[in-house]
Amino acid sequence: MNAFARALLALALAAIAVPARATTIQRVVSPGGIEAWLVRETAVPLIAVDFAFVGGSVQDPPGKGGTANLVASLLDQGAGNLDSQAFADALDRKAIEMNFYADRDHLGGALRTLTENRDEAFDMLRLALTAPRFDAADVELNRAQILSMLRRRSTSPVDIANRRWWQTAFAGQPYGRPVSGTRETLPDITIDDLKSYWHRVLARQNLKIAVVGDIDAETLKPLLDRVFGALPAKPDLVPVANVVPRGLGRRIDISLDVPQAVVDFGGPGIARKDPDFMAAYVINHILGGGSSDSRLYQEVREKRGLAYSVSNSLIWLDHSALFLGGTASRADRAGETLDVIEKQIHRFAEQGPTAAELAEAKNYVTSSFALNLDTSTKIASLLVQLQLDDLGIDYFQQRTASIDAVTLDDAKRVAKRLFDNGMLVTVVGKPEGVASAAVASGPAVSSQRRAPLTGPPIGPANSELR
Amino acid sequence: MSSKMLLLAAALAAAAIGPAHAAAGPEVASFVLSNGLEVVVIPDHRAPVVTHMIWYKVGAADETPGKSGLAHFLEHLMFKGTAKNPGATFAQDVAEIGGQENAFTGSDYTGFYQRVPRAHLKEMMAFEADRMTGLVLSDDVVEPELKVVLEEQNMRIANNPGARLSEQMDAALYLNHPYGRPAIGWRPEIEKLDREDALAFYRRFYSPNNAIVVVAGDVTFDEVKADAEATYGKVADRAPTNLRRRPMEPPQEASRAVTLADPRVEQPSVSREYLVPSETTAKPGESEALDVLAHVLGTGADCRLYRTLVVDKGIALNAGAYYSGTALDYAEFGVYGAPKPGVALHDVEAGIDGVLNAVIDRGITADELDRAKTRLIADAVYAQDNQVTLARWYGSALATGQTVDMVRSWPDRIRAVTADAVQQAARSWLDRRRSVTGYLVPSLQPQESHS
Repeated sequence: MNAFARALLALALAAIAVPARATTIQRVVSPGGIEAWLVRETAVPLIAVDFAFVGGSVQDPPGKGGTANLVASLLDQGAGNLDSQAFADALDRKAIEMNFYADRDHLGGALRTLTENRDEAFDMLRLALTAPRFDAADVELNRAQILSMLRRRSTSPVDIANRRWWQTAFAGQPYGRPVSGTRETLPDITIDDLKSYWHRVLARQNLKIAVVGDIDAETLKPLLDRVFGALPAKPDLVPVANVVPRGLGRRIDISLDVPQAVVDFGGPGIARKDPDFMAAYVINHILGGGSSDSRLYQEVREKRGLAYSVSNSLIWLDHSALFLGGTASRADRAGETLDVIEKQIHRFAEQGPTAAELAEAKNYVTSSFALNLDTSTKIASLLVQLQLDDLGIDYFQQRTASIDAVTLDDAKRVAKRLFDNGMLVTVVGKPEGVASAAVASGPAVSSQRRAPLTGPPIGPANSELR
Repeated sequence: MSSKMLLLAAALAAAAIGPAHAAAGPEVASFVLSNGLEVVVIPDHRAPVVTHMIWYKVGAADETPGKSGLAHFLEHLMFKGTAKNPGATFAQDVAEIGGQENAFTGSDYTGFYQRVPRAHLKEMMAFEADRMTGLVLSDDVVEPELKVVLEEQNMRIANNPGARLSEQMDAALYLNHPYGRPAIGWRPEIEKLDREDALAFYRRFYSPNNAIVVVAGDVTFDEVKADAEATYGKVADRAPTNLRRRPMEPPQEASRAVTLADPRVEQPSVSREYLVPSETTAKPGESEALDVLAHVLGTGADCRLYRTLVVDKGIALNAGAYYSGTALDYAEFGVYGAPKPGVALHDVEAGIDGVLNAVIDRGITADELDRAKTRLIADAVYAQDNQVTLARWYGSALATGQTVDMVRSWPDRIRAVTADAVQQAARSWLDRRRSVTGYLVPSLQPQESHS
């Protein structure tokens, strides 16, 4: 689950009204002891599986950044006695969708199949997880594809701003390393490194699974053993220290000849298990949570026309928490835009939200949750996140109460706690209007994304924009 | 077909749009109100939510020359309030009930939608019916919004060399038809748009007889009909139906090539667009054959282009093909490839041509045909898992001249495609004279230029 998706999920999780026909989650435990959360839904003849292993790019060996991501890109590139073409062919013939990703804390994946191809699909997943081939030709192709993507990102202002933010905030820490690796580290990753990573991280103890769709618990149980049962019981993970983002008060300007400057801003956040998390979630919605009602949206976009998008997200990681926001503005007005954002965040930290804003935000965060439960893949992804966050199978029932419990005093106190620490800011472009003052506080837009699975360097020109 | 890319205004959370085709799963029904508004109902009772969309049958291709970007600019301005619901009343209501909203503009349509808890459908219809004719615009909201749109152009196009090339390719592909204009507009023309332009466009096109409402979710046909009559039914049709008779393409006789050079290009690529029939203009079976052809040539790691260029020859890092057929007048069939470091772009292009020529000369195999059909038909089932995907599919089809029955029959029409039809489609339409090839390169050095 990437951080941005997590942020969206947080939006969802922060407060769920239990839907009229509440989604019923069953805890299914296989004879072999493998647990999955199941939502049975027979209206559409398909099954969606989502899963994640704890241990993402933070488990990359020293100097081998990008290992987890390269492993993820190769898991569906040949397994067992099927080479990469035969594997792709077998999936294609049954219209089985399978993909894997790595983020900072996890290696995960998803499977989607028509019910009629259920057994074949689960078998293909078993092969991918338990018998990946890592054939040399496929390793080299995937490495070349990821290097191509890194070259492209090296001149993309959005990627530069984001990468520099993480590198600075977590300098010398695993979270400071790009998930996809760098042009320096990728060439050094060996096939043995890939196999070692796969063997160390893909285990049963650090695995979370969700299944949604046209399948019942009794059918699922033996399939869980079949797919995941051959994995080692325990992973061999390197301990990772808890860290906080650094560089607060700094602004880093990176020169790039583009008409529009890209700005990322962020600082320390609040852990998912912190009692203040829900308050933080709700107030961030008010400040910059992606609604046209948010203060940043109103001040930056609606009133001044400075940017097309501006938002702020809470991101929680296994070993840190942060807020990260972003915007993009005409080069000669980037300074003004940043100034508006800083003033808004400072004011919010000092005064917090109004009672009316808080009431509206609580209502939104509560009611909007149902919108995240309308497709099998979204539900499966959410259920894995709930397990990773250790929130309990009754979370849907608890969520509304935890939102209701946020008082105006909480909101004001947490606004101060969250937004009064100063921010690290990165600016890419020709920001003529940026003054060299120290910065107050704030976070960045979409951070890492799911790594491209087969690494297509370009897509068709007609992908939809939103 | 970047000219028909959808540009969404409010940057709110939006559901990902999945495969282009949905299935004949739910019992989709439609009706027409006395004022000409068509309403489509797609039941999906899995969650207590509803997706409400209105599609106006007007887009960037309907703009007056010199006013490019106007359809999209108006889409943004539609969020500025009405006499009855001033300012952000509508947006605030959506937020308060935990809903999401967004909008999009293409060459053939402009759409607005909300996803809300099911109980609020009628409320959404009332808001949307109100702003169909009740928009109020003042210069103090129009002027900042124009700046927002210019920043959107910066973000989507100006900052992105690949997007800039795509715009130039469309402009070169269409010799006469307005699909050659970018949906977001040409920047010098966007800069000159104003309130009067927007209101004139609005009065000319926004009317119930030029619109389609799509409701997907936890609803019944009868309740949607009653709610629609009580809300949209009260809006008088105020404009003549948009006939959308656009300047059409003359015979295309010369292949075109365009090169965009930018020092920021770190991964060169080559792409080509062919002018082909759309689902609306194609002869029976033709667009379906193009769907299959695109899949066999260019979808997934086992397609011909990827297998030949990336796996077997090892000259490219990526290669593929697509057919984006949902359009009123024309569609594009695209192929693309990105070379490995050290490989010349023209070698990748030659490789692509080799694959295309093989299909033109020898057709596809029965096995390829079966696999493509299986996958395309499965996509229709997968689409049923997402009510927004289904609503988008029906809305875009109907807004470009198709019918509910055509959408529902799509899986059957794919089943009926023959290998001969696919070869015939390749022969007829993969014609260089009706194409533009685009090269994305870091500089116009001699070894990288193309003529």
